[in-house]
Amino acid sequence: MPDNGAAEVKSAPTTTNGAAAETRRQRMRVLISALGMLPVLLILCIGFHFLSEGRFFTGQNLGIVLQQAAVNTVLAAGMTFVILTGGIDLSVGSILAASAMAGLTLSKLPELGMLWLPASVLTGLGFGIVNGALIALLRLPPFIVTLGSLTAVRGLARLLGADTTVFNPSIPYAFIGNGSLTLVPGVASIPWLSVIALLVIVISWLVLRRTVLGVHIYAVGGNESAARLAGIKVWAVLIFVYGISGLFAGLGGAMQAARLYAANGLQLGQSYELDAITAVILGGTSFVGGIGSIWGTLVGALIIAVLSNGLILVGVSDIWQYVIKGLVIIGAVALDRYRLQGSART
Amino acid sequence: MNDPILEMRGVSKSFFGIKALRAVDLTVYAGEVHALMGENGAGKSTLMKILSGAYRPDPGGEIRIEGHPVRIEGPLGGRNAGIAIIYQELSLAPNLTVAENIYLGREISRSGMLARGEMRDGVGSILKRLGADFVPSTLVAHLSMGQRQLVEIARALHARSKILIMDEPTTALSAGESARLFALIRQLRAEGLAIIYISHRMDEVYALGDRVTVLRDGRLVGSLDKGEIRADTIVRMMVGRDVSSFYKKDHDPEAGRGHPVLAAIDMADGQRVKGCSLTVHAGEVVGLAGLVGAGRTELAHLIIGASPRTSGRLELEGRPIEIRTPGEALEAGIAYLTEDRKALGLFLDMSCLDNINLAVLGRDAKLGWWLDRDKARERADRAFAGLSIRAANVGVPAGGLSGGNQQKLLLSRLLAIAPKVLILDEPTRGVDVGAKSEIYSIIDNLAKAGTAILVISSDLPEIIGICDRVVVMRAGHIGGEVARGSNSPLTQEDIMAFATGMEHLDA
Repeated sequence: MPDNGAAEVKSAPTTTNGAAAETRRQRMRVLISALGMLPVLLILCIGFHFLSEGRFFTGQNLGIVLQQAAVNTVLAAGMTFVILTGGIDLSVGSILAASAMAGLTLSKLPELGMLWLPASVLTGLGFGIVNGALIALLRLPPFIVTLGSLTAVRGLARLLGADTTVFNPSIPYAFIGNGSLTLVPGVASIPWLSVIALLVIVISWLVLRRTVLGVHIYAVGGNESAARLAGIKVWAVLIFVYGISGLFAGLGGAMQAARLYAANGLQLGQSYELDAITAVILGGTSFVGGIGSIWGTLVGALIIAVLSNGLILVGVSDIWQYVIKGLVIIGAVALDRYRLQGSART
Repeated sequence: MNDPILEMRGVSKSFFGIKALRAVDLTVYAGEVHALMGENGAGKSTLMKILSGAYRPDPGGEIRIEGHPVRIEGPLGGRNAGIAIIYQELSLAPNLTVAENIYLGREISRSGMLARGEMRDGVGSILKRLGADFVPSTLVAHLSMGQRQLVEIARALHARSKILIMDEPTTALSAGESARLFALIRQLRAEGLAIIYISHRMDEVYALGDRVTVLRDGRLVGSLDKGEIRADTIVRMMVGRDVSSFYKKDHDPEAGRGHPVLAAIDMADGQRVKGCSLTVHAGEVVGLAGLVGAGRTELAHLIIGASPRTSGRLELEGRPIEIRTPGEALEAGIAYLTEDRKALGLFLDMSCLDNINLAVLGRDAKLGWWLDRDKARERADRAFAGLSIRAANVGVPAGGLSGGNQQKLLLSRLLAIAPKVLILDEPTRGVDVGAKSEIYSIIDNLAKAGTAILVISSDLPEIIGICDRVVVMRAGHIGGEVARGSNSPLTQEDIMAFATGMEHLDA
């Protein structure tokens, strides 16, 4: 970059000025990249509010949007870990289904019923660790491994319920699926699903930005060979990120089970991985790894939920919803690339 | 002299208000090698990119080729104007053959089908003229760096370029390959080509340059004719001050040398390294010389456990030690600076702060895994001050720094672990003169403080300037060792004799 070179050899007083200007520009850039897609989200919200004649910004509707965004947010959070290392996890939809099936099946047993929730989450974690071990230890490409488990785990999910829908109308902890946390009695409440999603985002942020492991995740995604030479246990990082992705998929399965009181191994979570990947990419995380933030992912997941909800409010037909959603995704990412052109990687 | 083939008058270029190039003049004649020098960031790359068509110059300047004003625009602009550029990072596709690379973008086709035979023949004659020892159907992936450079030159000749720009062409070449390249450059000069030669290395400019132009801070400092080319003049022009002693070696090789710290015994990997032993003492700077491909980097990788070894053992401070991964090497206090800082060293998208702290995050962490951000900040600030790393602040991404600052950044990561043994692989490759001398004094200070240092370098004056003892590798073996005596200085001849296996002929 020529500007750095020029600043480097300038005499002392100009360097101070140049450095100050550079710092200001840097701060501006950080602010812009931190905001990311937030302006797009706000414009969409306001646009839908007017197009739907004021039906978007109502307490009830916002609650629905948040609830709809919750499961995808959780999956996308796990996906963010994976994509930050330069990988991909195509199996989250299938893992979600298998975890929900495992949980529901267990919930029907009288003695062990209360354990269904941890069982769901641990089922997801288990599948994730298998993914990670195959990728990290056998050095197989993530796309291939998770494409394989997308199919294989889907099969296991069907097997768990003997290819039927499993119901449990009296599933314990059903409140997390349909209840709300009251903030101000009678005025404001927030769905438990959204509370969980937000907690997942906060925990993910803490891990990514405040722990040694987080820096190692960014390092592996930025430059895997350099990470290895710098003494980072790349295999452990990879197993961790796929494990986390599986764990969050398992949590997503539990959330779905609690919401629906039922799960079907064939239908549940079909193509959820695509929405999760879309949320991560909308959030500005680089597909090659090393760059991105969990807050961006949250915004990305909200954009998807707002689009679905808004298009229904406006009365767009189901078929056109697909077309518009696809175009908005491409347009938003194109806008993002254009906006960040100045600070592209060197 | 004849009319100039290339004339640039008052060419400027600014980026977002920052002037990278200010009214630079450059005149180049056919049949001359014109050396272009300057520190990193002086504007050489910008100038080159204007000539290639990658950048459009600010209005006001003028570029003439063979007397006619030209506008060089778009990626093909340079090629159409008869200018070929060979970049430091070669731009060949390794999965294609030599012929396919040379014809890339200009393939000959007969009714839509590639005419491979015709293309091979066309390339064959040029390769023969260049004295190449490979055929047009060879895959580029199978060629050495020197051979790849030959392909780039062949591509330039094939495009009938009149001006050839070479950006530090010898950085990746061994001494033998460099010598062949020089002979070829002289041949091309005799054939009437104008060659703009960008280099940091004084000996190359001496050997090749007919004229030298020096840039500093985006400005033209001046041009020297053959008779005026002198190292101290050029260095003064480049840095704008006198550099009295370039290589710094104040530590005392005799009195300063302590106990053996690292002993590598009979190291082999079954491929490139065939049973090498060496010892490095505390407070000693040992050079590891040899031609490119002799196995120096591979030996270093064996020592730090980055690649598996088939035999050999290590002793650290007299005790046997088992090292299986680079992580274990770091824990034991053996740090390795890679020769390829962009691919194997730095995290270009991550902040300088994270890059510096990466190796000690775990050691500094609270409760084992919470980042200690104050400590990290403090460490980064200390590194910036101590190694005079120049960047706006410790938060900027490492990718935006100049080569010299990137190298110091990487070095400061290793120094953070306070290593007992420091292995430096080409520590000054692609680094400007100012940063070079700073790196030399860092090495010198570490030796004074008792660190055992092994320096791998292809730059012989550098090895001689900073090392106490030189171990020379040849084809995977230790070819010999040259020590600095009180009245027998290290010489390039001695080292090259061991490196090439000529020492028996001399005796």
